[in-house]
This record gives sequence, C-alpha cells and structure tokens, in this order.
Amino acid sequence: DDDSTEFNDELGGALMRRGPYISMITNRTMNVLIRAAMLFMVGVFLALVLNLLQVQRNVTLFPPDVISSIFSSAWWVPPCCGTAAALIGLLYPCMDRRLGEPHKLKREWSNVMRCVAVFVGINHASAKVDFANNVQLSLTLAALSVGLWWTFDRSRSGFGLGVVIAILATLATQLLVYNGVFQYTSPDFLYIRSWLPCIFFAGVITVGNIGRQLALYEYKVSQEKTHQD
Amino acid sequence: MPLKRLRQNISAAFYRHGLLCASYPVPIILFTSASILTCCYPLLKLPLPGTGPVEFTTGVRDYSIPSHESPGDLSERPDWYQGPPVAYIQQVLVKAAVSPWDNSLVPVDVFRSPLGRVFSVLEEIRNHVYTDRSLEALCLQVTDLLPGLRRMQAVLPEHGCLLVSPGNYWQNRRDLFDADPDLLKTVHQHEPKGLHTSATLKDLLFGVPGKQTGVSLYNKKRVVTYTITIALSSYDARFVASLRARLKQLHPSANCTLREDHMVHVHFKEEIGIAELIPLVTTYIILFAYIYFSTRKIDMVKSKWGLALAAVVTVLSSLLMSVGLCTLFGLTPTLNGGEIFPYLVVVIGLENVLVLTKSVVSTPVDLEVKLRIAQGLSNESWSIMKNMATELCIILIGYFTFVPAIQEFCLFAVVGLVSDFFLQMFFFTTVLSIDIRRMELADLNRRLPAEAGMPPPKPGPLRPRETPPPPRPSPHTITLQAPAFRNLRLPKRLRVVYFLARTRLAQRIIMVGTVIWIGILVYTDPAGLRTLLAAQVSEQSPLGEAGLPPHLGVAPVFPGRDPTSTLSVLPAPEPTPLPENQSQGHRAARPEVVPVSSPQITWGPEDEELWRRLSFRHWPALFSYYNITLAKRYISILPVIPVTLHLSPQEAIDTRHPQDTHHAPPPSIKTSDLQADLTLYKVAALGLFAGVVLVLLLFCLYRVLCPRNYGQNGVPHGRRRRGDLPCDEYGYSPPISEISPLLLRGHSMDIECLASDGMLLASCCLARQIRVWDAQTGDCLTVIPNNGLRRSSSSGCWEHRDGWDHIGACEAENIFPIRRRTTPARPALFGDQPDLTPLIDTNFGSLPPSQTLSSSGFDFGGLVEKAYQEHETSPTLAFPPSPPASQQRRRSLGDQPVLPPELPPQNNGDWDSSVWAMELRGNLIATGRSSGKLELWDAVEGSLRCSNEDGVSGITALAFLNNRIVAARLNGSLDFFTVEITKPLGLLQYRGPPGRGSLPPSPCYSSEDVISCQLTRSVQCAHQKQITVLKAAAGRVVTGSQDHTVRVYRLEDSCCLFTLQGHSGGITAIYIDQTMVLASGGQDGTICVWDVLTGSRVSHVYGHRGDVTSLVCTTSCIISSGLDDLICIWDRSTGIKLYSIQQEVGCGASLGVISESLLVTGGQGCVSFWDLNYGDLLQTVYLGQSSEGQSVRQLLVLDNAAIVCDFGNELSLVYVPSVLEKLD
Repeated sequence: DDDSTEFNDELGGALMRRGPYISMITNRTMNVLIRAAMLFMVGVFLALVLNLLQVQRNVTLFPPDVISSIFSSAWWVPPCCGTAAALIGLLYPCMDRRLGEPHKLKREWSNVMRCVAVFVGINHASAKVDFANNVQLSLTLAALSVGLWWTFDRSRSGFGLGVVIAILATLATQLLVYNGVFQYTSPDFLYIRSWLPCIFFAGVITVGNIGRQLALYEYKVSQEKTHQD
Repeated sequence: MPLKRLRQNISAAFYRHGLLCASYPVPIILFTSASILTCCYPLLKLPLPGTGPVEFTTGVRDYSIPSHESPGDLSERPDWYQGPPVAYIQQVLVKAAVSPWDNSLVPVDVFRSPLGRVFSVLEEIRNHVYTDRSLEALCLQVTDLLPGLRRMQAVLPEHGCLLVSPGNYWQNRRDLFDADPDLLKTVHQHEPKGLHTSATLKDLLFGVPGKQTGVSLYNKKRVVTYTITIALSSYDARFVASLRARLKQLHPSANCTLREDHMVHVHFKEEIGIAELIPLVTTYIILFAYIYFSTRKIDMVKSKWGLALAAVVTVLSSLLMSVGLCTLFGLTPTLNGGEIFPYLVVVIGLENVLVLTKSVVSTPVDLEVKLRIAQGLSNESWSIMKNMATELCIILIGYFTFVPAIQEFCLFAVVGLVSDFFLQMFFFTTVLSIDIRRMELADLNRRLPAEAGMPPPKPGPLRPRETPPPPRPSPHTITLQAPAFRNLRLPKRLRVVYFLARTRLAQRIIMVGTVIWIGILVYTDPAGLRTLLAAQVSEQSPLGEAGLPPHLGVAPVFPGRDPTSTLSVLPAPEPTPLPENQSQGHRAARPEVVPVSSPQITWGPEDEELWRRLSFRHWPALFSYYNITLAKRYISILPVIPVTLHLSPQEAIDTRHPQDTHHAPPPSIKTSDLQADLTLYKVAALGLFAGVVLVLLLFCLYRVLCPRNYGQNGVPHGRRRRGDLPCDEYGYSPPISEISPLLLRGHSMDIECLASDGMLLASCCLARQIRVWDAQTGDCLTVIPNNGLRRSSSSGCWEHRDGWDHIGACEAENIFPIRRRTTPARPALFGDQPDLTPLIDTNFGSLPPSQTLSSSGFDFGGLVEKAYQEHETSPTLAFPPSPPASQQRRRSLGDQPVLPPELPPQNNGDWDSSVWAMELRGNLIATGRSSGKLELWDAVEGSLRCSNEDGVSGITALAFLNNRIVAARLNGSLDFFTVEITKPLGLLQYRGPPGRGSLPPSPCYSSEDVISCQLTRSVQCAHQKQITVLKAAAGRVVTGSQDHTVRVYRLEDSCCLFTLQGHSGGITAIYIDQTMVLASGGQDGTICVWDVLTGSRVSHVYGHRGDVTSLVCTTSCIISSGLDDLICIWDRSTGIKLYSIQQEVGCGASLGVISESLLVTGGQGCVSFWDLNYGDLLQTVYLGQSSEGQSVRQLLVLDNAAIVCDFGNELSLVYVPSVLEKLD
C-alpha cells in the first residue's frame, strides 16, 4: 500500500547518485566559504532590518522614498555587519575546537531560530518601547542580553568572546562617531547610546549560535556522505 | 530532601494526570475546546485589526467639539471621538461645462476655460468675510513641507492656509494659467512614475478621482469636476454657512439636492509603512522557521503533521486565551498585537510539547497506551515544571522593570504561559494519546499476519524465544520490525516531495501568486477595473474606499508602470505642428465623430461624498506632507458645497491658448487601448518573472535546507575511493594510510566466537576450528585442532586442504595486500554449498560416538580428498548435495577413534559439539561446548590442557577471571570452576605434539605445568530460564537471563548477592567494568543502571524499540545499540539521552569504546569511528573487497587501541591511528 510505495521510492532515491552539491560542500575550503557567505548574508539582512527599526523610531509617517534613503544613507553599514557576522560565526566553532569544549546545549535549528527571534525582539524593544530613562533602558537590555546568553549558549567561552567583541565594537563605534562618520540623535554614553554594548553582545551570541549550528550542519553533510559511501 | 519529595509528588501527579487524559480523551478534548472558546469570547468585543479608517457621522446642526472625557451614555459614540479633530475639511465641488457645445470647439476647450474659472472661485473664497471672520483666521495654517518634498514646493501651499485646488498647479495665478501652452502636461508632470501607494498629486489637488475630473482630451461628457479643498482648524458654523450661501448664490446649482446636514468624522488607525512592515515580516519569517524546525523533530508517531498541527494550535490558542483573559479583566491591549505576537510565541515556545512527545514515544511499546502516556508525562514532569518556573521567574523580573510596554508584554506572557501549560496538559496530551493509540492499532494490524500466533501485548510479556542458539545479536532479524517505522525513516528529499505532493503546495503557491498578480493588475488598473470595483464597493460598503483591501504589503514590491503616467505621455509629443490657418481649415473639414450634444451638469447623491472614492490614504498623505500625522486621530469632513459653472462657447474660445489648436486630432481610442494593453503585457511579464524568481528561490531554499540524507538507507554502497576521504568539522582528515584493516584469514567458515586478552586473539569458527593469533602482528600462531593430522575434519574436505599449509598460509596471508594461494577454488566451494553451515551447527554432542563406522569414514574422507585434488577446478563434483553431506558427516564422526593411539581420548578435543563460548586468559583458552564440556587449551601450543565434563547442558557463556571460570549453561545453571596449576611431577597428562618447543613460552602458564579444572560450585537454578549474558569484572559475576532478571554473584565464594528486577523482557546485554558500573539492557528496550554495591537501580530508561543489543559505558556516558538501528548515548549520572545516531538498516549491533571519546561500531562490511562528544562520524573503514552481505557481529577492543572484528570467515584487525587517540 502506501508504505510499500514509499519504500520503493526510497530505494529509488537511494539509487540516485549524489549531485555535485554534496561533493562541493564536503570540500573544506568550499565549506568555510559557504558558511562565511551565509553568515555574511545573515549579517547584512539583520543589519538592514534592525537599521530600519532604528530609523523608524524617529519617523512617524514615511514619504514614499524612505526606502531608497535608507539604502543610500549608510551603504557601508550592512557590509560591515555582514563581514563581522561572518568572522564571528566562523570564530565560534573554531574557538570551540581550540578549547576542546564542544558546545552541547540544544544544538538544533529551532533553538537557533528562537535565539534570532529573541535578538530581533531585543532590538525591537530598544527601538520601540519608551523607557523612563536611559539607565533603565540599558539595564533592561543588559539583563535581556545576559538572559539570551543563558538560554541559548551557556558556555563560558561564548560569554567571554561576546564581551570582548562587544567592547571592541563599542570602541570602534565611539571612534567612528568621534571622527564624525555618523552620529546618534541623543548620545548618553560618551558619543553613543549606552545600550549599544548590550546589543552588540546579544548580536555576537546570536551570530555565534548560527555559526556553530552551520558548522555542525555542514559537517553532518560530509558525514552523511561518508556514511553513505 | 524536600526537593526530592516534591519531585516525587510532581511525578506522581503527572502520572495520574496522564492516566486521566488517556482514559477519557473525548470529554477532555471537549472540555478544553469549551474553555478555549470561553476564554476567547471577550475577543469578540475587540475591534478587528486593520488600518482602514473608521467613520462616525454626526449632524451638522447640533455639532459641538466632543469633550475629552466622554460620558458613557452615548453608546454609539466611538471612543476615538474625543477632542477636536485635526482639521475640518470643507470641500467645494465644482462642476463646470462649456455649454452649449458646438463643433467649432477643440477638445482642449472642454477643460481649459472650466479650469480657468477656479481662480475666480478661489478669490471668492479667500475674500469671504463673515462678521470680521475671514478664512485666514479659521483655516489650518501649515508651515514648511517635509524636506524630502522639494519638488512639490511649487505646487503645494506653504506658510499659509491649507487650501488646495487645481489652481495650485499654476501657483494660483491666472496669468500663469493663461500662459500655459499645455495644461495636461502641467498636470501630469507631477505624477509619480511607477506604482504609487499614496495618493497622487493630481488626486490631492483635484480632490476627485482622476477619471472623474474630466480633464482629458477624450472627455465625452465634457463636464469637468474638481474640488477646492479647505482645511479648517476650527469650526465656525456661521462662517461656513455664509460661505456656502454665498457660493450657492453666485453659482447656483439647479436641481441639486445634496444633503447638507451630516458631517463625517474619519478616524485613521496607525499606519504601517513599508519600513515598519519589513521588520514585522522578518519576525514572522523567523517565527515560521522556528515552528518548522521545531515540529520537524516530532518523530515516531502515527501522524507527524497532525501532531505538529496540534502543537501549533496549542500555542496559538494559548495566546488567544491570554489576550481574551486579559481583556476580560479589563486590560485592553495597547500594544500592537501583530508586532508582539511572534515574540510571545517564541517565549511560550513549542519545546514542552516536543519534550512531551519524545518522552511518551520513548516509553516501552508493549505497555498499555494509558500507562505509556502516564509514564511519559511523569518522566518529564520535573523538567517541565522546572522550565516553567524559570520562565515565570524571568517574566516576573521583566514585570518589575516598570516600563509599561514591557509590563504589558510580561502580563500577556504570564497568562499565555499558564494557559499554554493548561493546554499542553489537557489538549496536547490527549491528542497524543489518541495518536499513540492509532499507531498501536496500525502496528498491530501490520504485525498480525507475521506473528499471528503471538499473544496480545501485556505489560511485561514473556516473550518466547527460540532457546538453543547462543545469544548473539543477529542483525538480520531487524527486517521483521523495520516496516513498522519505515515511513518515519524516509529520506528528507522524498519527504519534502511527498509533502509537496500531499499538500499540493506548488499549486497553492501558484494560486496565491495568481491572486497577488491579479491584485496588482487591479491596483495598477490597466483595464479600468478598479473604478468599476470602487464604484460597486462604495455603493455597498459604508466605509467606501476604506473597504478596499490595501495592497500595502504587495504593491511596492513590484515596480510597475503607472497607467496614468503612460497616458500622460500621449498628448505631449507633437509630431508636426501645423500652421494655424491650416489647422483651422483642418478642424473645419474634420468630420465630427461625436454627435453634438450640450453637456449636462447633473447632481446626484453620488456627489455628496465624492471623497469616498479617493484613496483612503488621501487625507493622511495630504497632511503628511506637512509632517502632520493622522494616525490615531480623526478629521471631520463637512458637507460639500456644490458649485455649478456654465460657460459659453465664446468664453471658452476666448480663454484659448494659441497652441491649443495645434493639437493633433485626438488619437483614436485604439491607441489608448494599445497603451493599456502594453501595460497589461508589462505587468504580465513582470508577474511571469516574479513567478520564475519565486520558483528559483524555492528551489534554492530546498537545496540549501535538504541536501542531506541524500539517499539515506541506501542499499547499494559505492566503494569509497582513496583521496575521497571525509574531513571532520574542523577540516581534520585522518590519513588514510593509517587505517587499513589487517585481514586475518584462515577460517573456513563464519567466525562464531572471538576472545582476546590483549596479547593473543582466539577465534573459533563454525567448523569448530580454533585459531590463535598474535594481536599485535596478526600472525597466526596456532590452529586447534592441528589439521595436518587430518583427523578433525568433521565438516568437509577443504579442511584437509587447509591442512597442507596451515601455518604457512596463515603467516603469508596476513601480509597486506593479501594474496591467497588457493583463491580460485575456495570461494566457488563456499558458493556451491551454502546449506552445509546449519548442518554443521547441529548439536551432535548427544550422538554417541560410534566406533564401528570408523574405518569407512576415514576411507571416505580419503576418497573425497583425492577427488578434490583431481578436480580442483570443478569442485562441485566432489561435493554431493546436502543429504550425502550429512551422511558423510556421520561417517566422519567416526574419525575420532582413528586418532593416533598414543593420545588418550579425554585429551582430545570434543570435535563433534560446537563451541558456544570461548574465553582467553594468559595463554589458556577456555571453550564451552554445546555438549556441556569445558576445555582448556594451551593457546600457544594448541594442546588440550584439561577438560571438564561435569555438566551436560550446553555452555552458553563463559567468564574467565583470575583463576576462576564461570560457565552458564543452557538449563539456567551456573558452574564455577577453579583452575589449579601444579608443577609437573611427571608428564602424565601432557601430550602436546612434539616439535613445538621453539614457540615462545606463555606468560602465565608454562607448558610444564599441570593444569586442572575443578568444579567448585554449581548453582543449579541460577535462573528460571536460559542464561543469555554472563559478564565478570571486579570480582563479580553478573548473569542475565530470559527470565527478566539479572543476578550478581561474588566470584570468590560464588554466592548470589543480588537479584535485580526491573526489566520486562529477557536480558540481552550487560555491561560491567572494574569500577563496578553495571548496566543491563533487555528485550523490552530498556536500559537499567544498577549500583552493584547496594543492588539498587540507579536509573531506568526506555531506549530502544526492540531489543537492546549492545551496551558499553564510559566514565560519563552509556552507549547502547538496539534492534531499531539506533545508537543512543545517555548521560550516565542522570540517565538523560544526550543524542542518538541513526544507523543504516541491518547494520551490526556491535559496539566498542576505544577511549573516552571514541566509539567504534560495526556495520555492513565496515567499522565506523565516532566522536562521542559530537556524535560525529570520524571515519568508516571498509574491511573487505566484497563485503556487501557481511556485517560485523562481534567487535573487540584490544588494549593497544586496535579493534578486532569478525567478518564472515575472516577476522579483521584495525589499528586505530594515533591521530584519533589525540582527540581525547
């Protein structure tokens, strides 16, 4: 009946030879490149979306050409974020390997999706919710970021790397703003917003999570292949 | 301690709840549905979400500005109707026509002079004063336009009254209007190119939909309609009334019966711009990805999609319930529901549901459904409660941030979590129980034909198992059970295809695409559909245009050409400007196509609220140009003032611009149609392109998401080529040269027993030949029995053949690459006589050795051997089919007495009973035979050192520890033997074959020692049934039996310490090591971990569907394999499953742990190395060239990190490369 046909079809599927895709993905450098490209795209996408969220905060109604203005205003931001995402996403599994502490906590795509959703939510909250003062906003976001780490990462190495990168990124932003590349509407932490490190930290954790999952996944493909052979 | 008690209580409560749910599924589902509906009932009161404007009509007469604190008595008054509006809109609707029309007029005359009259009307309005109130004082003063709208600066008013009219095109100056050679061009030059979402400038200035203005060259009605729109900041009824009266008086409208007593208040919802939409869409995409990846994990249930649906329904309805409950208690949601919804779903999550499913599914299959549900629930109760408490805590912390938005979110989340818990417990559990029951029924139906005689499953059934064969895992029985979950193991590729086929996803996507496309078509309106629709809708719906669905999300994505802009190109090109006189004459000579008829200006009820036909974004767009938002505010639209203008033809001619007459005759309608068609084609092409892109995108997505399991469970395996090695996660690729199996050949039949003590390796095949190998080098040291004597060939002639070169062949063959001297003949022989194997396996121990047949048997053997030698190329001649073979066997039994007479019979091995168990310690091989005889052989010299025939029942398992041997017998008894070594007084019992003195002396026992084996104790009824497993370590002997129990004995005094009960099936696997860790696995698929010191059960997990075939422990985890082809890795301390590895169907069940993190498993003709930390396959080593049918059944890990496995009639010695060892 249904089962038997499925079984036959499965046999048919098994008889099919592998496409070039699989052999490509098992190649090591290719694998790294693909991962980097995917992470880059994720970074660019998140940067665009989150930038929109930030822009939106000051604009109530949009003239028809608001989209083009967003894309033209700071063209270098999304590529930068993408590159950073690729680096961080490759760095995390690499660090896991170096330390010999494999990341064991819930290594599933659903969990990664949850993590991304929470990250977008944190951004959303920072952009949309009206807080009484900046301290409250920053504290809330910091708590949320640490909560994100606790829920989805829980590795000391992940925390350390996240903090280090967040500090570096904050410094870089300070420098950029100091040199007048761009500016924040109401800076409250030297030249930038005080919630920026929290956002950076949450972003690093999220991208690291994606990177780890991708590394695992790409590896699984090659594993399937050998297993099949 | 209280925590533990709490835990137990929770577990017990969940157990009872599970029983309840599984017992009364239908009432509980009804109850849950009722409570969901009840909780969602308050939602009916909430306004429907949507961004369309709402309106409210009041009378003009008794109008007063609504107060902020609205009294509740006016029930029909909406709650937004508070405070003053943003503006009062007063429209003056002008209808103008040149009448009577005569043929001397050109098409431009239709609108030039009527439009020109706007300036005088404007003048009238501006200058209107009523009791020292002028328009300047009342109107809405606007400032700058938004910075992005510089190009509109010339057209829209700035720094003054917001008063718009078509006159704005010419800066409200008559002289500019008169000087304008091409009015249409002026009007259309501001029209945006491409698709526009907001109102166009033409709409704004004319105040009527573009089609109705009549400002075109093809206006057949010849009536021009436009409005003068005045935005008033405050409402002065008398001023407006006087203005109305004045205009009416100046420009009386005959037969005008427009109602003037209603003013409409239009409230605008918060706008969702594209910029706002993108993050929203993103969050939803992430949400769907989350749901997809979560529900994908649901496995081993009857209807995966049904359960996934139930999970989603659970989460969604818990959200609805939370909103409903919050509304019930007076908390009106102020947050944008659509925005926070994804985050709420993510916070509530699907995890619990999945955990529940997994837990229930992993309970033993043979239990009753009720009990399974209850057990599954109670197993996960603690983690569920813990998770929920944690989440509640986090949310409570969030509540104390005292940020209103976050507090509200937290409130919703708390109520959502609680209602989600409620639904999980009642709704989802019940659905799960129904599903499990269905699966059970299906399984039963499927199994019935095969196992018709089987009794129905009861809790803990005593499964009959065929008794005699020794308990070794036979992987081929898997195929019996496999079809039951065949449908769950489909490759992902096929699953996707089936899913597509089942849900007809492709068709649906195309359908949706078509709908969207049609939507775009309607929106861009190449065929004039929209006005038709709008007319119909505005007649039917009270909201007018607002009722039209907004194409916000769709429209901007596809840039298309605006039909009006394409039309606007038409009048502009002037191919050949004719001189005036010519054109005059031309005009006179031109045949009049349109019959001369004076335009009639009529007023109907449709003119009352002409603004309804405008885009519902008309007003927000107008105000947004001045950075005034209408979101969440309202405007009041006053009744329109009708103005009728009749112009004489002379006036029209007077106002003509000299160039007006230069216009070519109006192009035929056809070209316009053609133009429309072109737009249609463009849109069509665009739609097609979008479709193709969509398909490509889906294809890419599919390739990205589902490239793996590409033909999983594949039957034909391609051989891996060199250089094609996999690399692991970090690019590490083990060098191939280091893992190449060393094949130990020499056995003629399948290898049955395998034993090793690290130095030596002993193997016994079905032909009862024991070979001893050097575990380091793979050299064959000894062959027992020595075939050179030709006395032991109980099973056929090839044994003799083997005898010619037994040592030489052994040593030559294990050099890699292997070359066999006798290769051409042997495989053919085996292929020809597959049925010999079972015959040999038969227990002949019961047959008394007959002395009489001896000589003939020997002769026969000689004959056959001769035949073999003569017809080496056609060996089938020498071997008659099976019945003669058995005859030959019986004769060959008689071989025994023809032994060289100097050997006493008891010193000779019992060659007629097969070896069921074998152990190797030092250089002593202990063999247990089916006849119940225990023999001790010298491994190096190949001589029998002693034997014991105290027992008669076959020895199924042996353990050899220190100087004790424990033998388990078929009848369930357990014998303890002591091996005693005494220095030789004389070589009474030693009858070793001469000439072997050159071999190295054994480490433990010298060949001079006299070894005796004494039965010290026999436990007659150790178990009720056959003992299946026997393991010894750390001074303990552990036995597992078919009677579901495990017993622990002390080795020294053979005293039974514990009887461990906990399995509901026969014991199939036991693991014990020096650290006293004891784990047992049974036929029920359970794995128990015991404390050997106290005899208590540490943990108890349901691991497999079907028997547990093998168990190994490391310091941190337990690894088990089962008949379900799964290898599960469990945390040793908590008993939680870390992960599982799905293997191919029919792969071997043998397991071995090389180091803490390196696992080795046997498969079909290969062994695989796994990294235990990651669960990743490190490498697969293929054992032979033609290995398709063979699977590795036994696998031994030696001390020097080599593994030995049997492989048909060969042994394979695989050295694990040192690189792999570095992993730990």
